[in-house]
Amino acid sequence: MLRYLLGRLVGFPPVLLVIVTGSFFIMRIAPGGPFDMDRALPEQVRANIEARYHLNESVLEQYVRYLGDVVRGDLGPSFRYPDRTVNELITLGFPVSLTLGLCALGVAVLIGGTAGVLAAIRHNRAVDYLTMSLALGGVSIPNFVLGPLLIMVFALWLGWLPVAGWGTWRHLVMPSITLGAFYTAYVARLSRAGMLEVILQDFIRTARAKGLREGVVVVRHALPSAVLPVVSYLGPAAAGALTGSVVVETIFSVPGIGRYFVTSALNRDYTMVLGTVVFYSGLLVAFNLIVDCLYAYLDPRVTY
Amino acid sequence: MKRISMAGVVFVAVVAAALVGAPGAAAQEQVFRINNMVEPESLDPGVVTGVPEHRIISNLFEGLAVNDPKDLSPQPGMARSWTISKDGLIYTFQLRDAAWTDGRKVTAHDFVYAWERVLNPKSGAKYAQQLFYLKNGEEYNKGKVSDFGQVGVKAVDDKTLQVTLRAPTAYFLDLTTFYTLYPVPRWAIEAHGTDWVKPGKIVSNGPFRLASWVPQRELVLEKNPAHWDAATTKLQKAIFIPTDDINTAYKQFLAGDSDWIPTVPPAQIDSAKQRAEYYATPYLGTYYFRFNVTKPPANDVRVRKALSMAVDREALTKFVTKAGEIPTSSFVPTMRGYEGVRGLPFDPAAAKKLLAEAGYADGKGFPKTELLYNTNELHRVVTQAVQQMWRDNLGLQVELVNVEWKVYLNQQAKLDYQISRAGWIGDYVDPNTFLDMWITGGGNNQTGWSNKRYDELIDRAGRTLDPKERMKLFNEAERLLVVDETPIMPLFTYVNKGMLSRKVKGWHPNILDQHPLKFITLER
Repeated sequence: MLRYLLGRLVGFPPVLLVIVTGSFFIMRIAPGGPFDMDRALPEQVRANIEARYHLNESVLEQYVRYLGDVVRGDLGPSFRYPDRTVNELITLGFPVSLTLGLCALGVAVLIGGTAGVLAAIRHNRAVDYLTMSLALGGVSIPNFVLGPLLIMVFALWLGWLPVAGWGTWRHLVMPSITLGAFYTAYVARLSRAGMLEVILQDFIRTARAKGLREGVVVVRHALPSAVLPVVSYLGPAAAGALTGSVVVETIFSVPGIGRYFVTSALNRDYTMVLGTVVFYSGLLVAFNLIVDCLYAYLDPRVTY
Repeated sequence: MKRISMAGVVFVAVVAAALVGAPGAAAQEQVFRINNMVEPESLDPGVVTGVPEHRIISNLFEGLAVNDPKDLSPQPGMARSWTISKDGLIYTFQLRDAAWTDGRKVTAHDFVYAWERVLNPKSGAKYAQQLFYLKNGEEYNKGKVSDFGQVGVKAVDDKTLQVTLRAPTAYFLDLTTFYTLYPVPRWAIEAHGTDWVKPGKIVSNGPFRLASWVPQRELVLEKNPAHWDAATTKLQKAIFIPTDDINTAYKQFLAGDSDWIPTVPPAQIDSAKQRAEYYATPYLGTYYFRFNVTKPPANDVRVRKALSMAVDREALTKFVTKAGEIPTSSFVPTMRGYEGVRGLPFDPAAAKKLLAEAGYADGKGFPKTELLYNTNELHRVVTQAVQQMWRDNLGLQVELVNVEWKVYLNQQAKLDYQISRAGWIGDYVDPNTFLDMWITGGGNNQTGWSNKRYDELIDRAGRTLDPKERMKLFNEAERLLVVDETPIMPLFTYVNKGMLSRKVKGWHPNILDQHPLKFITLER
């Protein structure tokens, strides 16, 4: 196990290097630069700015300089926000994205899990059909439709929640639901399937035969085995929820890093694009590793 | 909905009240919530270039002169008074007794320091050209003059600032109201570097000071009680919200989460217009198309004229843009002291004739032509409408090419297009800001158009002091631009459109859409 872990860790840097290199050069190929504005800059002024950010050097020199900085943990200054460094913006934005991602997962597990279990024990009855139809909706309605819909109902019609922004728990509700809808639906289906499989097995029949109440049978005996597929799904779901909040953050004006991911590419804010890419890929690689380790822990058949 | 039981209504009301919480003392305060649409790039007056930044910085700092809230004319700010030499070259400003937020006095040296900082090539300031009006300003920025003592700004003493210009510049006082020319605190910048604009470190001299700033979340200004004109300021706080999704921003306004949004989503114009909060007033900006005169087919002036005369601008603004834009055939919007030159009229028959003269009768043999525009809802509908007018009136098939903003800028600058949509917003209230861009090789010309007579007229206007004579020169130049040569095709004058809560008072519509916060009050 330890050997496997070390092997994976050694694989980290090359993967990141490939990602950084690829993004660095793709960004430079894109037409237009960070200092193209609708008011053309006098040539000298442009040259002065480019010299300040080392953009007057050859692309190769810039690449080597950038790699050196990244190794030292310095993602550079943002071109768009000259008072701030990329490190600073990520430090400010990540806790927000993390909070949002975790809340979305919380919604998914609580609502999705409960709905799935209920659907299974009321198999082929109204509750089952209702939750599964809802789940189908959750999987298929894109978040850029669901988000504005929620805003319309809960913020504009009912006035219960603020339209957008960040700061109190009330700001968290709609973004978490929007981001979590897909995962909720998925978790509901997984837990229903898991429950259906378990509930027919002999040890459940034995439990019932002992005269235990149905609630105890479900919660004590069936649930632990039924949620295994859900747990293993949570790894990829967490990675997805943390890095996939771009649209949700934009719709609800959430100050996380997802917003930088898109706007910085459009602005040709080279350092910011690369910074978010490096950060996200680091996160994804780490999550994959954690998930693989969890598999080994949960399923005795998997060994490394 | 009418059939909902009373109990249901009460229940909903109770739940809503619990969720929203009782309105606290905050409602009694004078707080103005502005949706600023984007996160400000910086708060450093020497660094920024944008309008959203201006909304904040013009309240945080103060220049030699400040804008009148109604007609924007320059009024005494940090300068108590000024004198201008007969030849229009030397301005002498007498500063008033004013203080920075840390208690230090504002002196003429703070201006000299700030202007040197902007012009210094090492600082890489994007708006350095705003100070090229100074004697040797441009030369210093280019490194041709290395001694700042030779640049036309001097602190005669702590309270007297003397400015020497390169040429008489009729609108120089207007420029002093612009953030690039604001004073900055040397000691704070030297102590904190680029961090000096952050809460707790920033030192400013305007009617408001920075209370807090969390990127992408909110920025709060509070009244500066030590400002020389603090008696005028009624507002206690201004909150700037950086919602960049235009639809979300609009909904925030509708829900009462903000008091002002300076724009309205194009798709919502019709419904927005039904509301009392909607406003649309003329803006100092023109929406137009550029012709690339170095490439067929727009290298033929007859083709350019035909294309321009085949567009019904009235219909375009009435049925397509719909926000109250003013159809125009002139490039310079009507402003204080200047009436734009009437350009080519809408005349499909004459347009057809011109096209035939150019050898493309009924559009036959017309080369493949593309119309470039950047991703934006408004540009999409405008270019589609014009495309159809060209098809209906001239029998031409012009293709639309949609690219993303930076690609668009790049293609335009490289003359890698045939026709492109464009917009220009004036920097100050003077025809010069619309006309000097079209001189040969001008950085914003980007049409390849060059005309000796035009260059000469603009040059002469720049050296003319008599306002009447200047306007005559500008008139002649604009005639070349929109009647005789037409390297561009004006379509309409932009409007400021937005939503303003009706409780806001002291907010005056004006052509630069500038609304100094110190005159704003909120009524309950």
